[in-house]
Amino acid sequence: MTHDKLTRTLGWASAGLGVPLLLSAAPAARALGIRDGTRQRATMTAVGARELASAAGLLGQRGPTWLWTRVAGDLMDLALLGQAVRSRIVPPRAFKTALKQDDRVRLGRTLFATAAVIAVTGVDVYAAVTRSRGAKRQPRDGMVSLTSSVTVSQPRDEVYARWRQFERLPDFMAHLDDVTVTGPRTSHWRATAPFGQTVEWDAQITYDIPGHRLGWQSVHGSEIRNEGDVRFTPAPNEQDTEVHVRIRYSMPAGKLGEALARYLGEDPHQQLDDDLRRFKQVLETGEIVRSEGAPWGKRARREFPQHPARPLSARELRKVRS
Amino acid sequence: MKANCWVKPNTVRVENVPDPTILNRRDAIVRVTSTAICGSDLHLLDGYVPTMQKGDVMGHEFMGEVVEVGDDVDGDKLRVGDRVVIPFPIACGACAACRAEMYSLCENSNPNAGMAEKFFGHPIAGIFGYSHLTGGFAGGQAEYVRVPFADVGALKIESDLSDEQVLFLSDILPTGYMGAEMCDIQPDDVVAVWGAGPVGQFAMDSARLLGAAKVIAIDKQPYRLAMASRAGHETLDFTQVDVRSALLELTGGRGPDKCVEAVGMESDHGTAPIDAYDRVKQTARTESERPHALRQAITSCRSGGTVSVVGVFGGVFDKFPSGSWMNRSITLRAGQCHVQRYMKPLLKRIEEGQLDPTRVITHTLPLRRAPQGYDIFKHKKDNCEKVILKP
Ligand SMILES: NC(=O)c1ccc[n+]([C@@H]2O[C@H](COP(=O)([O-])OP(=O)(O)OC[C@H]3O[C@@H](n4cnc5c(N)ncnc54)[C@H](O)[C@@H]3O)[C@@H](O)[C@H]2O)c1
Ligand SMILES: [Zn+2]
Ligand SMILES: [Zn+2]
Repeated sequence: MTHDKLTRTLGWASAGLGVPLLLSAAPAARALGIRDGTRQRATMTAVGARELASAAGLLGQRGPTWLWTRVAGDLMDLALLGQAVRSRIVPPRAFKTALKQDDRVRLGRTLFATAAVIAVTGVDVYAAVTRSRGAKRQPRDGMVSLTSSVTVSQPRDEVYARWRQFERLPDFMAHLDDVTVTGPRTSHWRATAPFGQTVEWDAQITYDIPGHRLGWQSVHGSEIRNEGDVRFTPAPNEQDTEVHVRIRYSMPAGKLGEALARYLGEDPHQQLDDDLRRFKQVLETGEIVRSEGAPWGKRARREFPQHPARPLSARELRKVRS
Repeated sequence: MKANCWVKPNTVRVENVPDPTILNRRDAIVRVTSTAICGSDLHLLDGYVPTMQKGDVMGHEFMGEVVEVGDDVDGDKLRVGDRVVIPFPIACGACAACRAEMYSLCENSNPNAGMAEKFFGHPIAGIFGYSHLTGGFAGGQAEYVRVPFADVGALKIESDLSDEQVLFLSDILPTGYMGAEMCDIQPDDVVAVWGAGPVGQFAMDSARLLGAAKVIAIDKQPYRLAMASRAGHETLDFTQVDVRSALLELTGGRGPDKCVEAVGMESDHGTAPIDAYDRVKQTARTESERPHALRQAITSCRSGGTVSVVGVFGGVFDKFPSGSWMNRSITLRAGQCHVQRYMKPLLKRIEEGQLDPTRVITHTLPLRRAPQGYDIFKHKKDNCEKVILKP
């Protein structure tokens, strides 16, 4: 069964709506203020069947697909209810007199049902959108997994060699503060985690195929578990080099930490992309480009708002350079 | 120093800001001697380009004298004292885009590439004074500017041509030229140009230079059409005639072979209902453009012809005439100008008298009156075509 609480709740809600609709379409239609007729009853039954199918899907399966079917269902319901409202208030000008007392009660119920469905649609869209994101990003073991690629206009051996100088990775990787090589295959890493924490770990090279591929892993018992892999492959033009990076790490404070960090503007995917862009800049132009709006080089954390695009004062410059 | 700054939509103000300093080793600092206001600045002024921030220094068309260079600037290419025109796209010269001479797509010059990528799918180069999406670089409507990768773009002026003759090599002359060049003009081609602003005027002159048999200017400002007419081009006032029929009449029923769109995201309409549609959607931010001229260029173009777009667009728009474009084999081309590619050849054409960029200048004001310059340029007061500012 699904572990996500919201998905499960929505699954049970679908079941709770589906069963009465299927078993007793007529009273259900009345409760919604919809006229009781064969066509209406058939519609109610169909809606009931749909809800049960959703319930089974939501409760039984992983992934956001069934959440999206709920959203689609909501839109269908809104259309049906909209029809019910419209059929009741024609002609609109004669609204008060033409509307019989029980018609007015029914209209009230329909409008109430419509409002409720709109609210539910909101919840469903939220669940579907957030779960769709999560589905792609979150592997089962709670590790964050990132991939990114960039093409550098330099020969493969040089690109590999620059990456292999671990001690210079902090030049362009935003979160790395310091890397010390401690042995032929071992190194010590220090990084800034979200909310200003510092984390440290020892890493060892797991494989090293010069000019082609490089892998590393934190040693057993590290405070933050992580592993990485970089592949260097020739671009189709045979002169440039494609750099493919894969990094996996356990997030301090877990998923909540990641969600909060993203809320505060630190999207780890975006940051890896930016790290690679800076790697390319360093190799192709010799340094990281700075603007007045983003003068911090690799320490740019927040995208917007930035420093205004105007020259920095002496004090601001000192801060940037320190 | 004094600089013209963006404050909020519809407001710019000349403020005192710190002098620029070298931030990268290949930077130069340029003392600005002339700068100009561009149609693109109007899109910023009007608030249609996202990621502008209060205090941003405006301006991407400027020239002046090099007063300081960073440690890594190639001394053979640029030295203190050089008189230079600066291209508006910032380009590193080393990436794949730069090597392919697509400088406005430089892969290394935009520190906010991640932001641009969210808007456009892929990032574009840094641009001076043109929002944070294109890097957040301070612009040139100021006394001094910092110029990154100064040894790649800066064009040295060694002859005694006046500022007025060479300033527009920074943007609008190459842009107009690229608009015409993307049309791949053949002898006998009739070229129609939407927009008789400075960019449109230079597209017209360039089209003729590249061999067009006839050039037609489309606008609604009588004085701008008159300016095109004085330069030898035919004119159409889109408020007076139905553009498509008038173009058919001028081309024996074929339609123009090549079309240049030099209007951009704030196009006016001849007809009220569609105008209202786009204005409402643009105000509600569900559509970022008012693209009437582009739609009209596509539907008016001869079957098998080319529509070349240099007017600036920023986001998405509705009612794209896909049927007309696809079924009639229309080629659509576009781009922020790859200015560096055109500066030297166009300088030569100016020196040889083939092009006269000064013909569009109608106003010269001191930098401190920049807000007034924006006002007259935007509202087409006093027959304004192009404003130059002198710091
Ligand atoms: N691609 C580039 O690199 C680049 C460079 C510079 C400028 N631009 C863009 O080029 C465009 C023109 O720049 P400009 O400085 O000449 O601006 P401008 O505002 O002076 O000129 C625009 C002209 O278009 C006319 N116009 C409006 N609606 C029209 C319509 N429906 N049909 C025909 N004409 C219409 C206006 O009356 C005006 O004369 C702007 O969008 C600007 O941002 C692009
Ligand atoms: Zn411009
Ligand atoms: Zn480049």
